[in-house]
Formats: sequence, C-alpha cells, structure tokens
Amino acid sequence: MSTVSMTVNGKAVSADVEDRTLLVDYIREHLRLTGTHVGCDTSQCGTCVVHVDGKAVKSCTMLAAAAEGAEVTTIEGVANGDLHPMQRAFNDNHGLQCGFCTPGMIMSGIDMVNRYKAEGRELDETAIRHELEGNICRCTGYHNIVKSIAQAASEM
Amino acid sequence: MHSLNYHKASNASEAARLLSGTEDGKFLAGGQTLIPAMKTRLAAPSDLVDVSGAAELRGINVSGREVTIGAATTHAEVAANGELRNVCPSICDMAANIGDPAVRHRGTIGGSIANNDPAADYPAAMLALGATIKTVSREIAADDFFVGLFETALYDDELITSIGFTAPAAGAYAKFPNPASRYAMCGVFVAKGDGGVRVGVTGAGADGAFRAGDFEAALDGEFSAEALDGLSVRAEEMLSDIHGDGVYRANLVSVMARRAVAAAN
Repeated sequence: MSTVSMTVNGKAVSADVEDRTLLVDYIREHLRLTGTHVGCDTSQCGTCVVHVDGKAVKSCTMLAAAAEGAEVTTIEGVANGDLHPMQRAFNDNHGLQCGFCTPGMIMSGIDMVNRYKAEGRELDETAIRHELEGNICRCTGYHNIVKSIAQAASEM
Repeated sequence: MHSLNYHKASNASEAARLLSGTEDGKFLAGGQTLIPAMKTRLAAPSDLVDVSGAAELRGINVSGREVTIGAATTHAEVAANGELRNVCPSICDMAANIGDPAVRHRGTIGGSIANNDPAADYPAAMLALGATIKTVSREIAADDFFVGLFETALYDDELITSIGFTAPAAGAYAKFPNPASRYAMCGVFVAKGDGGVRVGVTGAGADGAFRAGDFEAALDGEFSAEALDGLSVRAEEMLSDIHGDGVYRANLVSVMARRAVAAAN
C-alpha cells in the first residue's frame, strides 16, 4: 500500500491504495468519478482517456502511483459552468449514440485540438480521423464524431 | 494484475540500486506494453522501478548531425521535436505513427527497444540509423543489440540510458499496419548515411528486426526504388501467422522498401 496524492479536476485528493492500482480504478472506485469508462481494459478502445499534466493518456494503462503529484482532468472536470465547446459540439452534431465511448472521445478531442493549435497545424478531417486511432466507437461509424471535433476545433 | 511494490527512481543509479534490492523487479518506463502484459499475467514482476520521471533519462539533444535521445523520451516528444525534425525527419514521422496519441504520450523509445517486440517500429529505425544504445554500463551497436523475438543483448537489470546516432543525409520509414491492431505487418526504414545505405526491417522477420543486406548493396549503387527491382528477402525467413504467410510478408518487405526509398528521395 502507498499513499497517492494528486490533483483531480482542480481538487487535491489523496488515498491509500495498493501499488498495483490502475489510475482508472483510482478515479472510478476511490474518487467515484465514473464518467471515465473501462471498455476493453487492453489499451485499445480509449474510453478511459483522461488528461495527465495536460496530455491525453489511457488511464487503464497507467498506475495510480505513477500519477503521484500530477494534475489530472477527467470528463467531469471539462465543463466550466456551461458545457465545454467539445461537449456542446457532440450534442449539436449527434456525435454519439449509446454514449459509452463519448467521455474518451471528448477527452481525446480536446487533447488533439489543443496540440494542433499549440503547434500551429491545421486539424482537418484526415488529421482528426488519424488522431482518433486510439478511440473506438461501435455505434456511430465516426462521421458525426469527426464533425463534432471539427466544429469544436473552430470554436476553441 | 498480481500485487507488486512500486518504486520511483529519480535517476539511473538510483533505479539500479532500487532494482537490485528486489526479488524479481522490472524497470517501468511508459508501461504501454508492460502494464497490459501484467494485466493478462504474461508478466508478473514482484516490483516495478519507475524510471519515467528521471530527468537525466529524458530529452533530445541535437548537435550538428549528432543526435542523442534519452531512453525515457516519449514517442510524442520524438515526433514533435523541431530540432530533431530539422536533421532527421524520418524518425519523427515514424514516431508520430506508433500506436495512438495517448500511447505516444506515455510510451518511450527505451522501453520499445528493450522490449524488442518483433512488430515494434523503433528496432527498424535503430538498425537503419546505425544507432548506438547506451546503458548504465556500456555502449551496444544496434547490429548487436536485437538478438531475437523479445530478446536483446541487455543483461538482466541493465538499464538503457540513451540512444545516439548520426542523422543520415536522407531517410524514410514505410509501414504496412495490420488493419486491426495497427502493429506493423512490415515496416522498412531506409537511411542513406556517410557509411552507405542501411535498410532496417521490422514486423516481417521470423527472428525479429533485421537488415536487408542485398537491398543495401543495390541501393549503394543507385539510391532509387528501381534499384530494388528483382530483389526480395527469403520467404522462409519471414514470420508466418494468421495475419500473413512468409511469401506475403516477403513481398511486403519489397514493396515497403520501394516506398521508403521513394519517400526518402
């Protein structure tokens, strides 16, 4: 057991956890923030994506202990009063059906828009599809997800 | 995942000391292969010594054409480094296509080559670039480093600290990803350096990454895709599995090599 401390959605949190605890289990089971999902548990589907120190990572493939001292943002932390532009864009464009992949899609979407803006690169449709390599959706066929991210990219 | 003890190292010597005190410990870098392997219990180390936060193992240094990449540098950092792109864009482009964005934010160059997955991208680049793998105790040429499937010349508990190479005058990587896993069914890295052309192949060889010697000789004569006409690797030395047999993979090696040479020109 180790004491793990980090900042999650702006709040300092701390808990005693087994060293093998995955970050996603810490977020879901200890903090009860269940918006971050576990789809495949094999690092492929992307429903568990959160931001660690501003970068999208798969929280099922990182130990909670490795996030000691980090700033973590989950889907619960992106809205600031109103919905985040990425959330609103998914709403506007019907970018989801069952919704299971949506938290990961939104966290990956925000990450890619931030990165492309910082690097001064254009996030066109081809780039969005390439960037979504690690996020699987079994309902939508991706078209409306791509449209949602493109809309948010023009608003963020 | 079995229970384990987690340790965080702030530098290479502390990492070595922490690991030496464990029963069956392993170094943890980005964990993008090791943690999935532990979840399926293919790996069950008693301890993990996390080196991802060790500042001396991170970062990219470019001095003229000499490049040094710290072992704990992530794929995303390699892909986005402007100085490195100026002298060796091929390795940046290769890193930008490993896994997916979230994996690239965690996965490291040192972790990739230490694992030596036969379908990993970096081993082909290390062979083609004639890289030197530096560890806590010695320097190993890439040609001597990759021994077989998931096997390297590293001793047990030997930590990679950095990778060094001279940027080639031209180079490119062409990859044929498996449509489902996106791992390389075949990836060919071609580099035209001062010592001649080197061709590193991953994903296809039955013994892991290898150099295509016949291709190199032909490209030394003329650095064009046409120079490879009529050349192929031996199908019986290629991987044969449900994704493709040896003949199919041997053909992929020829096609990817041509694409890489065309892209490098």
